[in-house]
Amino acid sequence: MDLTFSPEEEAFRAEVRSFIAESLPPHLKGRIRRDLGTKEDYLAWHRELYKKGWVAPNWPKEYGGTGWTVTQRYIFNEECARAETPPILPFGVSMVAPVIYTFGNEEQKKKFLPRILSGEDWWCQGYSEPGAGSDLANLKMRAVRDGNHYIVNGQKTWTTLAQFADWIFCLVRTDPGVKPQEGITFLLIDMKSPGITVKPIIVLDGVREVNEVFFDDVRVPVENRVGEENQGWTYAKFLLLHERSGIAGVARSKKAIERLREIAAAEQVDGTPLIETDEFARKVAEAEIELTALEFTELRTLAAEAKGRPPGPESSILKIKGTEIQQRITELTLEAVGYYAYPDAHAFGENEYPVGPENAVGAAGVYFNMRKASIYGGSNEIQRNIIAKAVLGL
Amino acid sequence: MDFSFSEEQELLRNSVARFLADNYAFDVFRKVSRGEPGWRRTIWKQFAELGLLGATLPEEYGGLGGGAVETMIAMEAFGRALVVEPYVPTVVIAGGLVRTAGTEAQKQEWLPRIASGDSVFAFAFAEPRGRYNLSDLTTTAKKRGTDYVLNGQKAVVIGAPFADTLIVTARTTGERRDAGGVSVFLVDARANGISRRDYPTMDGLRASDITFENVEVPVENVIGAPDEALPLVERATDEAIAAHCAEALGTMRMMQEVTVEYAKTRKQFGAPIGKFQVLQHRMVDMFMHVEQSASMTLMVTLKLGERAERRKKAASAAKVQIGNAARFVGQSAVQIHGGIGMTDELALGHYFKRVTMIDALYGNVDHHLARYASLRSQ
Repeated sequence: MDLTFSPEEEAFRAEVRSFIAESLPPHLKGRIRRDLGTKEDYLAWHRELYKKGWVAPNWPKEYGGTGWTVTQRYIFNEECARAETPPILPFGVSMVAPVIYTFGNEEQKKKFLPRILSGEDWWCQGYSEPGAGSDLANLKMRAVRDGNHYIVNGQKTWTTLAQFADWIFCLVRTDPGVKPQEGITFLLIDMKSPGITVKPIIVLDGVREVNEVFFDDVRVPVENRVGEENQGWTYAKFLLLHERSGIAGVARSKKAIERLREIAAAEQVDGTPLIETDEFARKVAEAEIELTALEFTELRTLAAEAKGRPPGPESSILKIKGTEIQQRITELTLEAVGYYAYPDAHAFGENEYPVGPENAVGAAGVYFNMRKASIYGGSNEIQRNIIAKAVLGL
Repeated sequence: MDFSFSEEQELLRNSVARFLADNYAFDVFRKVSRGEPGWRRTIWKQFAELGLLGATLPEEYGGLGGGAVETMIAMEAFGRALVVEPYVPTVVIAGGLVRTAGTEAQKQEWLPRIASGDSVFAFAFAEPRGRYNLSDLTTTAKKRGTDYVLNGQKAVVIGAPFADTLIVTARTTGERRDAGGVSVFLVDARANGISRRDYPTMDGLRASDITFENVEVPVENVIGAPDEALPLVERATDEAIAAHCAEALGTMRMMQEVTVEYAKTRKQFGAPIGKFQVLQHRMVDMFMHVEQSASMTLMVTLKLGERAERRKKAASAAKVQIGNAARFVGQSAVQIHGGIGMTDELALGHYFKRVTMIDALYGNVDHHLARYASLRSQ
């Protein structure tokens, strides 16, 4: 056991840092912190990483992964968070790609993986439906076989950034006559297919982050089915485990605490910086301590993964604690900015200077927006049920 | 001891509730808060006709002679309907300051106009670097002949875009943060030297950051004794705190009710989600927070007339309770609703935003915990 980085690892950190310094367009630094950003904001950074071969550290090397050690991945995440790069969105790289390279056939791997890597295809996730949220297996979207096609009818919802997407991976019901988990199939659907309609859902901070996606007699070639018909639940659960392990967001939370400290240092309480008041300093310290515990829990998970153990049900800890800490930081940031939480940041144009201190902008919006974190990816109640059942055997 | 409303108060409560049910549905709130000018003067005049604007003002100045209980009744109803009109700055702050400390001429000039809905106020007290300290003022007022000359900046003045008169706190003597040397002025919102930056707030209100540059204010527009107005301002803000506690209470009750209703109808895993014990307990905790908040709202409302130390303690205690309850109730309501609770379409998110923002108003939980603790140790 050893906590220090080797000289090679330090050299790797220096390499990542200088790469980011050279390739991150300045206008993208911190761009996604305040609001959603545009499709191009995400893609511009994605393409830089692609050129370098660093888009998919989590993939096996043969498909375009980096072949990094757990420690290198950790360092890479830290450096990206430190520089406030746009994130690599999980839907393609971390969600559907592992399903495709684990359960897909050779043609699917050849067709989809390179385009995910290059950023040519933007993917979105077709899991939740109006009646199937926490109870995901209750999904109703129907796919009926018709020769070499499936005819798909139904609706998905909470589809993040579907307005940008080229493809959607969907759980569909192919057999309604069996136990809910047994009649589900995993389909890859071209968003340009006739019969697909995308309708925006505006969320609490006023942005179009999610959508409803409607399917009306959409024809999907059978070759776009991953794995076996009616075995989709197995792939879906595999994907959810991958989703959960990426969800802790430790490096980004570290950066968020650093920013919180800056904000609280600028804010004065009777002439004393807020961060130097006992009450607030302790609250920030508490969040940081929780984050340290989570960091080491995540490192333990990654170390086990490096030894060949795939993420198990205990990865729910990462989702629960990770999102609770993210939410706590947004809560403290909101608190720190005082009255300047009030202005609605969306009211000001791109080139307009904001009301109040620059770093107060968006504090309230981010707080409201991040309430989603304990709901998405399997609500935190569901995650606790998973631990109770699958880990504790209750 | 008696916590029941009088017959008149019951009447007021029923008429406000009925009026808002007819005129202030959620979609109306959304339309008004997003459109221009961001409030409705017609509704304001109707508030006046209902007796709401004069409820707490003396009868000889066009009011109905009520007090803090009437404010509580109005504000709780306003909280349920997400009312955006500037009742607190106009009736509680301006009405309260003029009623308790105004000259006879000021009372005659302003109180009837408040009761009739002809005057609309905004309260310019917070400053960009003052946080929650009411005496941390860099805005100055210097006497020059028969005028004071105002210079400085005020932050997040709620309702300022449609106010005709501003209540402005400024330093007339002493150093920044001194308790002495604070004065309060009635300032014509259209006076020369005032510039505003207007914007919508997160919770559907309008506010402005205001700059005063050599703004001349006649000496007869000083409220109370010059240099000694801090106690007045503290009293007015404690009254505003009580009013916002009632507002938050109304909003929290709505959140709690719609959440329980949703939990009874939303089905997952073959059962209404309200059947799951983990959610039941969370909803019970929401309910307890709401009830404790109702108690504290009543407590502070009934103690506003007591001597300063007791009044301040009561206001701080209530603000702490409301702030903590609002966070728990709001977060839980969204969580139990799931994704749909995150949408702009549902009223719930707007309730959540309103109660969240109230925490920052006149000092958040930490500020009032500290104030309460310092009063205890005195």
